[in-house]
Amino acid sequence: MEDMIFYDRLQFAFTITFHYIFPQLTMGLSLIIVYFKGKYLIKKVERYNDIAKFLMRIFAVNFTMGVITGIPMEFQFGTNWAKFSELTGSIIGQTLAMEGLFSFFLESSFLALFIFGEKLMGQKLHFLTGFLVFLGSWGSGWFILATNAWMQHPVGYEILDNGKFVLENFSSLFSNPWLLPAFLHNQFASVVTSSFVVASIGAFYILRNKNLEYGKLLLKTGVVFGLVSSILLAFPTGDWNAKNVAKYQPASFAAMEGIFETEEAGAEIILIGQPNMVEKKLDNKIAVPNILSFLTYQKWDKQIPGMDKFSPEELPDNIPALYYSYHIMVGLGTIFIGIMGLAGFFLWRRKLFDMKPLLWFIMFLVPFPYIANITGWYVAELGRQPYLVYGLLKTSEGISPTVSSGNTLFTLLGFVAIYLLLGLLFLILVGKTIHQGPKHQTH
Amino acid sequence: MEIFWFIIIAIVLIVFFVLDGYDFGAGIIHLFYAKTEKDKEVIVKSAGLFWDSNEVWLVAAGGMLFMAFPTFYASVFSGFYLPLMIVLWLVIFRAIGLELRGQFDYEMWKDIWDKAFGVSSFLLALFFGIALGNMVRGVNLGGVENGLSTYEAHYFFLPLWSSNFSPLNESPGVIDWFTIIIGLITLVTLAIHGANWIILKTNASINNQLKTVILRLNIALSILTVFSLMVWQTINPNSLDNFMESPYLIIFPIIYISGLMGLFFIKKLKKDIYGFVCSTLLILGGISSSLASIFPAMLPSNNTVNESLTIYNTAAPEYGLSVALNWGIIGFILLFIYVIIQKRLMGGKIDTMDYGH
Repeated sequence: MEDMIFYDRLQFAFTITFHYIFPQLTMGLSLIIVYFKGKYLIKKVERYNDIAKFLMRIFAVNFTMGVITGIPMEFQFGTNWAKFSELTGSIIGQTLAMEGLFSFFLESSFLALFIFGEKLMGQKLHFLTGFLVFLGSWGSGWFILATNAWMQHPVGYEILDNGKFVLENFSSLFSNPWLLPAFLHNQFASVVTSSFVVASIGAFYILRNKNLEYGKLLLKTGVVFGLVSSILLAFPTGDWNAKNVAKYQPASFAAMEGIFETEEAGAEIILIGQPNMVEKKLDNKIAVPNILSFLTYQKWDKQIPGMDKFSPEELPDNIPALYYSYHIMVGLGTIFIGIMGLAGFFLWRRKLFDMKPLLWFIMFLVPFPYIANITGWYVAELGRQPYLVYGLLKTSEGISPTVSSGNTLFTLLGFVAIYLLLGLLFLILVGKTIHQGPKHQTH
Repeated sequence: MEIFWFIIIAIVLIVFFVLDGYDFGAGIIHLFYAKTEKDKEVIVKSAGLFWDSNEVWLVAAGGMLFMAFPTFYASVFSGFYLPLMIVLWLVIFRAIGLELRGQFDYEMWKDIWDKAFGVSSFLLALFFGIALGNMVRGVNLGGVENGLSTYEAHYFFLPLWSSNFSPLNESPGVIDWFTIIIGLITLVTLAIHGANWIILKTNASINNQLKTVILRLNIALSILTVFSLMVWQTINPNSLDNFMESPYLIIFPIIYISGLMGLFFIKKLKKDIYGFVCSTLLILGGISSSLASIFPAMLPSNNTVNESLTIYNTAAPEYGLSVALNWGIIGFILLFIYVIIQKRLMGGKIDTMDYGH
């Protein structure tokens, strides 16, 4: 039984981590594409249009990857988490089916039209198709986050005698207090990833002295979008989410912040340290007193319950992983504000394009927003443990009763192999698109 | 309300097989009949332009099945664990082939990915048919051994095959000689459908030859169909009861037969689209007849201990289903509009079309 749960979780973690490389780029990138296309409509400078179409080619590669790695996610609800699907399907099936019907069709239909139909439609309709792709892609995010929000903080349900969750109030799925902060945080994080990618491509072109005018435009836009979104990510949305965790999942809050013992007069904020689960303390700790209480409750001496206040069954089952994920996310987020602030400053002083070391730095920064996004999701998912539906349904109660661990390990190995191939394909396709660069077409 | 959602999901699933079916079929034809580089390229293009928007229909069908019949979703997806995972890998592998092929202009490179695309299309068509065969044949629900259930009544787990590949075993496997027959029927049907698609959408040099191919495949299909009905009668003597009780259901087999008959005249048809319509009727009639014959069951139980999974005992409660109906209607109207817009703008032959890049 233990190893069944282990392999089911490992397979889901692996496949969702790989999957989320792609949507996090497409959601943010669709916004930037709409921006460029809109600017072209207003200013009539061809360069903006070329960039919009260039970015949509990168979008299309990522969208394809998102589709083929997304189907296994939907399937796994049934294949590996059958009991969970049986018990909660009448609720989370609503939001998942809505994603398919409202967002996915919208995104895929109009993506094809955007790429193939510019000449047929004219510029205004072409802008509209771009906007609909954006709407579909953010709509997807909204429905997936609504599903996750229900698992984090279940609302509008009733539990029958046979253990099944049934929907009692449809609209509460969308007025869930967990949803809006999580959605906004997730979307801004996605904008961070895509603006870092855009800035990085721009820096690459400038450093290579190729596609120079396009490069400058990409870099400039990437830096502005990157700066604004990294700030919004920390405040207000990051702050808002942390307060939600403190309120609805206090045990997870203590674990992710690394507070082993409750302090009477205000909790400190941990900057660095390694959780020592044997002695129940942090090794090599560097912390600032009372800041956590202030950040969470705006009161310096407000008591925040530490892990000692909770029984082991209530605490997440992998505290070090949760703690590190959280601190990596927050640490990277802070660094992003710093770097984009610096780049923004030089942009304002009109010196950015000559700052070679900074451009190199921006170019190589690309993996880090991906890491921050994915660790952010690890915080949400590890923090919810040991539950699938917080406080109500344990993860161990959700797995498929008939699928043995041997079968799951077999399919996990299969996914590892095929995703390796897929990852190579992705790099080839994106690399080739970037190498070709934006093209100007004469009409 | 259950019946309503059952019909909607069946329609979405049929649309998926009609749409993605032609690009599976194009893959099968590509594997066996495309010889020149120009033909290969144009066939891959005819499938490659649309495959991801076609697969969205599968995702939509999955989502709705999950919402409306959660117990069925849970039972079937975990019970058919291995074949489903293999289908997923094939879907991914096929996509890799389609997307990678054109990236380098290098013969060996193209050959490798052509084969990946062709072989995975072939296997997918076969596996989808085997899946349909399993649904019609039924499974050992509850994993009954010696009259006792090993699992909860609505769960099961199917091995890929049992030792003698017989559908008459107490616990038959996924692949037995009955499901293989249904698999072959699906394979042939989709090959015909794909050939029709290629004729409709391209100017490939093999288009005339393909009409002969369709004719031959159609003869094979007729024989397989009759054969499968006989086999099915042996396995399940009650298989035609639904049609006896509700004679109007005969419309579904008639749709299938009219598609089959129509294709015998493939060379005389005035427009290419008629051939495509005939193979669409085959898919529509084939799936709907299969579903109608086991209704209201969606997965029959082949033991006497546990009852079949039906649309009634696996459905979500009334409230959820009726709320979903409200947003479902809006969603389908929108979807209908997208499809019209898309088809109007993207009609015509693929190879003569200028997509502006």
